[in-house]
Amino acid sequence: MRPFHYERPRALEEAIAGKTEASRFLGGGTNLIDLMKYDVERPASLLDLNRLEGLREVERDREGTLRIGALVSNADAAAHPLVREHHPLLADAILAGATPQLRNMATMGGNLLQRTRCYYFYDRLTPCNKREPGTGCPAKEGVNRIHAILGTSEHCIATHPSDMCVALAALEAVVVVRGPSGERRIRTEDFHRLPGDAPERDTTLDAREVVTAIEIPARLYGRHHTYLKLRDRLSYAFALVSVAVTMEMQEGRVSRLRVALGGVAHKPWRVPEAEALLEGRGPEEARFGAVADRLLQGARGYGHNDFKIGLARLAIARALHQAAAATPQSHVAKRIA
Amino acid sequence: MPDDLSPRGPETVALTLTVNGASHALRVPAWTTLLDLLREGLGLTGSKKGCDHGQCGACTVILDGKRVNSCLVLAARSDGSEVRTVEGLASPDGALHPLQEAFIKHDAFQCGYCTPGQLCSGVALLQEGHTRTEDEIREWMSGNLCRCGAYPNILAAILEVARKEGRA
Amino acid sequence: MMHHPLIGTPQDRVDGRAKVTGTARYVADFETGAEVLHAHVLNSAIAIGRIRRIDTTRALAVPGVVEVFTHENRPRTAWFSSSYKDDVGPPGKPLRPLYDSSISYSGEPVALVVAESYETARYAANLVEVEYEAKPHETDLLKQLPNSYVPKKRRSGINPPPRPKGSAASALESAPVKHVARYLIAAEHHNPMEMHATTVIREADGKLLIHDKIQGVYASKQYVCSVFGLSEDKVRVVSPFIGGAFGSGLRPHYQLFLAVMAAMALERSVKLVLTRDQQFTIAHRPETWNEVALGAKPDGTLTAIRHKAIGSTSRYEDHQEAVVNWTNLLYSAPDVQLEYELVQLDIETPTDMRAPGAPLGAFAAESAMDELAEKLGVDPLALRLHNDTQTDEVMNKYHTSKELRAACQLGAERFGWRHRPFAPRSMRQGRELIGWGLAFGAWEAQMQKHAARVMLDAEGHCTVGVATADLGTGTYTILAQIAAEALGLSMNKVTVLLGDSALPQAPVSGGSWTAASAGSAVHDACARLKAELLLAAQTQRGSPLVDAKLEEVMFDRERIVLMRDPMRAVSLQAAFAAGGRPRIVADGQAGPDQLTQLRYSSHTHSAVFVEARVDEELGQVRVTRAVSAVAAGRILNPKTARSQVVGGVVWGIGMALHEEAMADHNLGRWMNHNIAEYHIPAHADIHEIDVIFAEEKDMLTSPLGVKGLGEIGIVGTAAAVANAVWHATGRRVRELPMTIDKVLGLTPAHTEAR
Repeated sequence: MRPFHYERPRALEEAIAGKTEASRFLGGGTNLIDLMKYDVERPASLLDLNRLEGLREVERDREGTLRIGALVSNADAAAHPLVREHHPLLADAILAGATPQLRNMATMGGNLLQRTRCYYFYDRLTPCNKREPGTGCPAKEGVNRIHAILGTSEHCIATHPSDMCVALAALEAVVVVRGPSGERRIRTEDFHRLPGDAPERDTTLDAREVVTAIEIPARLYGRHHTYLKLRDRLSYAFALVSVAVTMEMQEGRVSRLRVALGGVAHKPWRVPEAEALLEGRGPEEARFGAVADRLLQGARGYGHNDFKIGLARLAIARALHQAAAATPQSHVAKRIA
Repeated sequence: MPDDLSPRGPETVALTLTVNGASHALRVPAWTTLLDLLREGLGLTGSKKGCDHGQCGACTVILDGKRVNSCLVLAARSDGSEVRTVEGLASPDGALHPLQEAFIKHDAFQCGYCTPGQLCSGVALLQEGHTRTEDEIREWMSGNLCRCGAYPNILAAILEVARKEGRA
Repeated sequence: MMHHPLIGTPQDRVDGRAKVTGTARYVADFETGAEVLHAHVLNSAIAIGRIRRIDTTRALAVPGVVEVFTHENRPRTAWFSSSYKDDVGPPGKPLRPLYDSSISYSGEPVALVVAESYETARYAANLVEVEYEAKPHETDLLKQLPNSYVPKKRRSGINPPPRPKGSAASALESAPVKHVARYLIAAEHHNPMEMHATTVIREADGKLLIHDKIQGVYASKQYVCSVFGLSEDKVRVVSPFIGGAFGSGLRPHYQLFLAVMAAMALERSVKLVLTRDQQFTIAHRPETWNEVALGAKPDGTLTAIRHKAIGSTSRYEDHQEAVVNWTNLLYSAPDVQLEYELVQLDIETPTDMRAPGAPLGAFAAESAMDELAEKLGVDPLALRLHNDTQTDEVMNKYHTSKELRAACQLGAERFGWRHRPFAPRSMRQGRELIGWGLAFGAWEAQMQKHAARVMLDAEGHCTVGVATADLGTGTYTILAQIAAEALGLSMNKVTVLLGDSALPQAPVSGGSWTAASAGSAVHDACARLKAELLLAAQTQRGSPLVDAKLEEVMFDRERIVLMRDPMRAVSLQAAFAAGGRPRIVADGQAGPDQLTQLRYSSHTHSAVFVEARVDEELGQVRVTRAVSAVAAGRILNPKTARSQVVGGVVWGIGMALHEEAMADHNLGRWMNHNIAEYHIPAHADIHEIDVIFAEEKDMLTSPLGVKGLGEIGIVGTAAAVANAVWHATGRRVRELPMTIDKVLGLTPAHTEAR
């Protein structure tokens, strides 16, 4: 860890005013402190947001939009009655990730900003374009079991490791951010970005902006949802492949389908055309494969992760089945519904 | 990202911290984690460093009523907080916490290195109420790795206390 | 009359209270506060080559940095690599840290930063600049298989494969039924929860008090004295608690060298705790390739066994394990060919890891036995029992005891094996296929030379001292039981001291030999102490025991009692008063009996039964039930013994499903070097594990009848899981770990059946 200046801004405005390219906001610290110890993150200063007021609320407005403050812990969000009642998918996805200890620490805002688990990114003695632009990406021909199969670039094949964000993508959540020029709202799918030729950038957030809340529009999917996560051990492991589904039903037909994939790309992966394949029809299992194929169109493996294409296809079909059958995957019982 | 790579020392931060009921006014380098402060600063070596990166749970302590990985908490951030560590589980007269008793009875440890974290996690788990089924205990204790493989015995110990307290 | 026996009854750990209250002190728990210096290692980024330039200027400029050691400025230490040898190290030239500019593997230490705080040392290590001159490296075992060789010099304590019996090749040729296949096990890292660490306290007189993570303090002491040219009285190693080791602490590692070097050079106390990532630079279980060929008659009688294994080692040492011998130890055949070879790679030397060799060979052979059973159309348990050996056909010796059949029967009964349908894919619940598998396992029961000291005072307080280590194995507790029972004391009157080089000598604790060896040494010391005590009791005027012989008395509730007339007794207090000494000290020892070893071989055996549930479409495996039935001689403490075996089974499940060190062969480097990405089982992965101990009387293996339990739990487990997965799904996975992609057949195999 490099020496840094530690500050506790008293107000959000003060935090934003004090933010520079070289400083970092400190929320739960579960990823930032981790990466600072590995000498991957080297902030000149930390702006500790934990004392700020007004970022810890969970509220629901008259339109039914759920607003979760950026400093609400993952644990509190997953346990919150409003979240459990209106967006159980979000609670399930959060609980599928990390551990009780980490969820107690990690914040909603921080989870959005967590960085990849790519082995090379974490190991400062190896090249990595995300960590040190221009040094190369050894993962492409190296150990890439956990790497991306969709939306990769020649510069980076890292994945976004969050479970929560996959659910947010399926929920079409909006990230509320505040910067020197005021507030803006970013759709989750626009919040995270693909690596392209700037893999060092994970999101479209400006260096001086801070996440203040996550807003989730009202959706009436009832129990027609699931977060299905496949991983290398049954808990405390990142997703090889995960699938978040919300399936709104009207008179036996799918009125709105949202499917997001985790563990396969630099951002939660959604393909509206794939979702449209089921909309307006009954949830026919026979069509699940087509949805999966459309979601995975253009997927390519890099060796060790070739299997993810086949696995994702199977997982999508099962997740759609779970959502259709209203048997969301439990994060406690490890038997897959 | 522009790095400031000039060699220099850390700045220090003042904080107060209550650990197992005793309050401390301290000045620590900003880069000190709660775990290192407990161990090297306060000599409370019960909390263990098993990975230093939130990958194992050996450093679990109860911070303001919630279990956390103390290796990822900056000490500065815990200013004004209350911390309970394994040293604070037994009562001051030396009577063990029921979960400590149950760990001994069920042989819920071998080398003992993950045990302080398992215990802090287990005590918090009982408070949280995530002890309704065996599956629930397994999942909600999965943040504490045990390389000796004492898991079935840890489960038995927690289950016994949960049943006694009407939480299972 | 007879007091309640302690040996053989479940006893809570005597160190339990220390462990649940956080007062048990491990290496890094010593010497906290401002006095001690903290050190941090910088590791090599390349696999092979040399350091062209190393610049420590910026690191040295950090306030609080005391020194940065590299090969350019390190203090002079022993010249010859032989001075760096340890008792269990393989043939070759051990690593000499910071010795010169050459690099032998990715992760070899290249610099040590010593600073006033841990954080400062870690920070400054990142400021050391290193320029390398890399040479081509090779870290891929499969690519190098054609270059395998038979190690020229055998490793002490490891039996090479025996000479071939008959002609396995021609017997296989003519076998009516045969099975040939290859099996591969990934490299694994020990990853004990306690990271390897050394705390060196430099005392006022210049002597060194060293706390080192080691499985036997004498190993560290001997190494330090030899490398640094110190006389024995200058070094004491004290490591009362070891946070697991599983073999990783059998040899001194570079952190010991570096911490001592720094403490001596700087004349300060130094603490060096390796990071979790650095655990991947000191020791691992070698990736191992196997080929097994079995020939059988239609009735299942084996006619030929051929088992060849190739393991990886470093360029500088020939690490060897017993991988293939077990196959013929368990199964009888007239024509047998067992081979074991090595491949050198540019990696750190592998090190023994829980039951070194055995689970690798067992995974191959016990998978192969199941595959043969399938071809023969017989129950896999029946096939095993049909070919079970009566004698040790590898060494041509009798077994001291072998109650494998009894264990097997108990295990099969408990598990419900007779309800197992023969065909795979026969059981399901919802979307999960259910499979039952089993495997046998064996491990050596060994004795190693141990010394022990027992001291007793007039108040009945007993202190037992042996320099061995309790790695979580329960040694503190069983030694207390042995002494308490021998001397007729309650457990709380006995204090056991371990892990101190001031105590009577013991080798490293490993190989499952500690209970039998240290236990027998303590037992021997107690016998001598009892003789002295009886003598003292007899000097009492009018002693009621005046003509009693040692075998005629028993020590019970702090009295010496004549067995044929229990009214005739002398209290300990009276005996001490009569003897005129405040305390009696007795030394004991134990070691292998060479005469017995000439005729007999001694092993623990197990049959492990596993239930696996596999999601039919998605390949997720859950091991929901395991029964490990063990025949291991006398069980001293069923409570800690059960834990040992449970732990072994958990390890076997991890080997089967999770554990894999993944190397980037372009960089020549392990990449998942942390325990977020190197997976060991978590709580959610482990369900019911039942342990059964079959009764096995064996007075030849050790004076106590004990065989040892540290390894046997893991040996057959991974194979049993693989067999259960096959039985569930009909898919045979011959490569460990059986990750989801392999279970689904989505990742091409490196191995194939013929």
